[in-house]
Amino acid sequence: MAKQYVSTTINGETAEYLCEPQQTLLDVLRDVVGLTGSKEGCASGDCGACSVLIDGTLVCSCLVLGVEADGKSVTTVEGIAQGEKLHPVQQKFLEHAALQCGFCTPGLIVASKALLDANPNPTETEARYWLAGNLCRCTGYDKIIRAVMDAAAVMRGEAS
Amino acid sequence: MPGLTYSAPTTVDDAVKLLAGSSGLAKVLSGGTDLLVQLRSGRMKPELIVDTKKIPGIMDIREEGGAFVVGAATPGAVVEAHAGMNKAWPGVVEALDLIGSTQVQGRCSLAGNLCNASPAADSVPALYAAGAIAVVVGGKGRREVPVEQIPTAPGRTSLAKDEFILEFKFPPRPPRSGDAYLRFIPRTEMDIAVVGCGISVTLDEKGVCTAARASLGAVAPTVLLVKEMSDALIGHTLDDATLAALDKAAQAACKPINDKRGTIEYRTKVAGVLARRVAKIAFDRASGKTVKAH
Repeated sequence: MAKQYVSTTINGETAEYLCEPQQTLLDVLRDVVGLTGSKEGCASGDCGACSVLIDGTLVCSCLVLGVEADGKSVTTVEGIAQGEKLHPVQQKFLEHAALQCGFCTPGLIVASKALLDANPNPTETEARYWLAGNLCRCTGYDKIIRAVMDAAAVMRGEAS
Repeated sequence: MPGLTYSAPTTVDDAVKLLAGSSGLAKVLSGGTDLLVQLRSGRMKPELIVDTKKIPGIMDIREEGGAFVVGAATPGAVVEAHAGMNKAWPGVVEALDLIGSTQVQGRCSLAGNLCNASPAADSVPALYAAGAIAVVVGGKGRREVPVEQIPTAPGRTSLAKDEFILEFKFPPRPPRSGDAYLRFIPRTEMDIAVVGCGISVTLDEKGVCTAARASLGAVAPTVLLVKEMSDALIGHTLDDATLAALDKAAQAACKPINDKRGTIEYRTKVAGVLARRVAKIAFDRASGKTVKAH
């Protein structure tokens, strides 16, 4: 089967690529487009390390075909910061040391941003349930949740 | 997977023709949260994938004279954000919401959950209890099928090769109606049902049940619509005797297997307990109370 042509938007910029029909969006992002921020943890939608936004909706890029991105707008972890300025979620992950090995971090950053876009003032319980699909085997999640809650306060203008 | 073709038709006719014309295995893609895992593992080796999401209406929810019509591929998150569905069918909404993570909710669909035909599918008992109708399209035209006639065995459905589900119709709700779904898992999130139970009821002004549908998941090769459970409820208020009869009917319907999630004995017992809890929530909702099940 010939490769299929896909025209999409990735992190705000027009992107075109050719991919095999069975290639996942995660494989395409990493191996074709060269954006290796999204990680492959499980390749079965269980770990969230490959989380991206498609038209603003949080999904696992391992559960999306590369061809499905045609005509859509994809945001990966590489598109979360604005130029040199980190997103509050990224800044707070650093300040709270909310990572150890870092493999889950890109997915958690994308998922946390999606949470705060949808719900600027989440309870800790809401944040934990929203992020239940992002597995971290190092931190025990406590610092992650603190970072997300702190980032939420910053984005509401209640902390710095 | 040599020779896989992907196509995203924009009309029902084109989708049906593609499915009919495939010489090998053809799979319908909605959210892909099951299909992509099956592709990756090599369990499923289709020659053709027909992505239905570009067919107009298949990702939308509309209201027609008190009935809700939910497009087959509408993501869980979209259904859960729909005020009308939450008000009319809270049990269906909470069942769909239990599937997977936030990420999975961005993609997973009622049609995918039904046609994957897992006995443990969370939204399926709630669909059975709701009496939802699947609008099936195919080479012979359009037919309306009660949802409980779609799955026939684990991973198998009654749909012909050139058929797929376009949308689900939820019947208009009479006054004093309520539905609910609970599943039992050993944690709070992100797990597969040990047992699931969906119940939908309509009550009269004195709280006597006049209509009921009840279903169980993960206790047989397919989700079960259990008439004996409905019979235990119809004509009664939800007193201790009714609950005991319901519990007994639920346990009697179970034909589970032993596996890592639970033994036959345990699943059977839990089915009865869940049925009692679900009935209480459904009756409360039918009485106008707002009850959070999860």
